[in-house]
Amino acid sequence: MMDVLYFAWVRERIGLPRERIETDARTVAELVSELTAREARYEMAFSDLTALRVAVDQRLADFDAPLEGVREVAFFPPMTGG
Amino acid sequence: MRIAVQRAAFDIGAEVAAFSADRRDMGAVVTFTGIVRDQADGDLEAMEIEHYPGMTEAALTEIAQQARDRWALGDVLVIHRHGRLRPGELIMMVATAAPHRADAFAAAEFLMDYLKSRAPFWKKEIGRTGPRWVAAKAADEAALERWRT
Repeated sequence: MMDVLYFAWVRERIGLPRERIETDARTVAELVSELTAREARYEMAFSDLTALRVAVDQRLADFDAPLEGVREVAFFPPMTGG
Repeated sequence: MRIAVQRAAFDIGAEVAAFSADRRDMGAVVTFTGIVRDQADGDLEAMEIEHYPGMTEAALTEIAQQARDRWALGDVLVIHRHGRLRPGELIMMVATAAPHRADAFAAAEFLMDYLKSRAPFWKKEIGRTGPRWVAAKAADEAALERWRT
């Protein structure tokens, strides 16, 4: 089981802030494919990966990052702090 | 070193006074304060700041630690608010203390550059014409380049 979190407009497009999912995905990219195949709202949120960032267990990561032993993955747009 | 991520307002004067107090070995304190800025047409009603609890604190701590590794700093303070803020309200501040001002200035700029695009905050402008997520700027990413040498 893995917690998947969404922030900012990714959260709005998907319609929820977080969910627990059962997945066999080995990488973030595989997880994205799995989610995208689910429903149109996921497809819409993940349509342009260059507009998205990902964190794996609360650290910034790449889309090819492995998911073995990972508890939490988060998707969000580029950050706008400060 | 103190990192605070909070909904509540902070008192800039009290923070700077406390941060600067009793520092016989530090000759320089530099502070930066970010304020919610209204649009030119006065359209902005509020700014909503979302963040990623847990990762935010970790990312800010790591950025502050990088600054300490890079410059001779006596101390670092970062306060960043989240939630709904109105134009004119203080969003965040950083303060750096160093024996000499060059390190304090450089570290404060470094903190701001990294905090803008490497700390998980997202701003949404609530205008009279509707809400709008603030997009990251290419210039923010480019600003990190100068620290990579």
